[in-house]
Amino acid sequence: MNNPEVLIIDDESQIRRLLEITMESNDYAVVSAPSAKEGLRIAASHPPDLVILDLGLPDENGHRVLEKLREWYTRPIIILSVQSNEEDIVRALDNGANDYLIKPFRTGELLARIRSVLRNPTSSNGHAVIDCNELQIDLAGRTVKKNDELVKLTSTEYSLLALLAQHEGKVLTHQYLLREVWGPGFINQSQYLRVFIAQLRKKIEIDPNRPAHILTESGVGYRFVARE
Amino acid sequence: MPAFVLLLAVSLIAVIFDIIPVLLAALLSALTWDFFFIPPRFTFRVTSAEDALLLLMYFVIALINSILTHRIRRFEKLARQKEEKANTIKLYNTLLNSLSHELKTPLATIVGAADNLLNEPRRLSDVNKRNLVVEISMASLRLNRQVENLLSMSRLESGFIQPKKDWCDINEMIYAVVNRLEANLKNYDLKIMIEENLPLYKLDYGLIEQVLYNLVYNATIYTPEFSELYIIAKNNSNRIYQLDPDDTMQSRIARENDYLTLIIEDRGPGFPEDELEKVFDKFYRLKNSKTGGTGLGLSIVKGFVEAHRGIVILENVPHGARFTIEIPTEVSYIKNLKNE
Repeated sequence: MNNPEVLIIDDESQIRRLLEITMESNDYAVVSAPSAKEGLRIAASHPPDLVILDLGLPDENGHRVLEKLREWYTRPIIILSVQSNEEDIVRALDNGANDYLIKPFRTGELLARIRSVLRNPTSSNGHAVIDCNELQIDLAGRTVKKNDELVKLTSTEYSLLALLAQHEGKVLTHQYLLREVWGPGFINQSQYLRVFIAQLRKKIEIDPNRPAHILTESGVGYRFVARE
Repeated sequence: MPAFVLLLAVSLIAVIFDIIPVLLAALLSALTWDFFFIPPRFTFRVTSAEDALLLLMYFVIALINSILTHRIRRFEKLARQKEEKANTIKLYNTLLNSLSHELKTPLATIVGAADNLLNEPRRLSDVNKRNLVVEISMASLRLNRQVENLLSMSRLESGFIQPKKDWCDINEMIYAVVNRLEANLKNYDLKIMIEENLPLYKLDYGLIEQVLYNLVYNATIYTPEFSELYIIAKNNSNRIYQLDPDDTMQSRIARENDYLTLIIEDRGPGFPEDELEKVFDKFYRLKNSKTGGTGLGLSIVKGFVEAHRGIVILENVPHGARFTIEIPTEVSYIKNLKNE
């Protein structure tokens, strides 16, 4: 299998160097662009397997670049942002970004996000059982086992868990979860989400106060992690 | 007699208004005096030389009076501006001192460690190479924390903070902070007491999480290891602390019935009584406090809590200090309903 190709669009040469070194030493092929214009040109002439896009570019707003890319580019895009401005991040995720990282980010986190977005989505759907160490989620049988014991979930709890688990490693926004599980009329009813996440954690996590699977992304959403 | 009343009026005007209205008032008052009181009355004519002299003298006195008053005001204003400027400079210097220390220490570590790794890679043992890298990593995180604090402070200063309120699970928030501070807390006897069936609260999760983080982080910096540290969360239908009766906020707060109360209590040395009030001031650092810290943490706590129209109270308790935060907010008891 060929090494996956990653396109980095960031105007800061230090960040580009850092990303290049990190990714080349983890067997990715890297191309980088210092501006939106250059980035869009490279992406169009030679579509990469993944785009890492900085939101703060000098020549064009990163959100606009994201929209332009999403007009035709279907593979994963990870957003880099300097501020932890939740609205900005939610907007980028709603506009088709697959994930985000806030500068300064840890290398381990970056690589985990890349692995997660590059994982072939059809193959994970093909697996009827999502296996996360002590926890097994059987999507075909709609059952969940913790330490080989059946966990009793209500149907809403199950839908929420299945949705999160099917997008393993990806952050799902509050609005997305509310719309998919409860319906479009509920996108502002975040209190339901809080309550059901708390209940799910009590049932599936070993220590609900130190969740290992359902992680909170403050102000943005939740992320399901199968194993550390 | 009427001349004195008029003079008084001119002086009062001089205290309140600018130079042009004051000169106008002096002129008008002289004319008024002439018109009403200098015979022949109800005309502007002055018949005797004595009256003319009196009128002229009055006019000059009124002018001098008004100009002097105006000058005094200007001097006072200048003195005030000078004092304000001096205060600003003092604050600025305090800021620069604490900032340059807080930012330059990690920077010096990073620059020095990187130099060592670049210039003498062969002379360094593997253990020392690794140690230098660990130092770089720790210094960068410290630098990042200071920059975050400065950004929070400037957001507060610009009046830009608008809490984005959404339903928050306080239990989750407290454990998120505790987990983030795991390394700092591992040698403390941490006791978390969260009221059973605590409702959901409508708060800005990020801001209140930062408040908790700053308070717990401070406790781990300034209190001895292996001491007890309490994090308490409870709901209050009536607030414990009453606001100042003439505080305009009270009438607005009184309409909301539920308060989230968060208490962070430690078993450290407490705060000097005469400094209890000042610790929330920007860049204020306790006398005799150890180096490190910018004096921003607690002012950010206060700013973020006040952005929620809440209050934060610091008091000494036997064997320690207690921070109490009260935030008026909407609550949701949906948590306690049987679902589905």
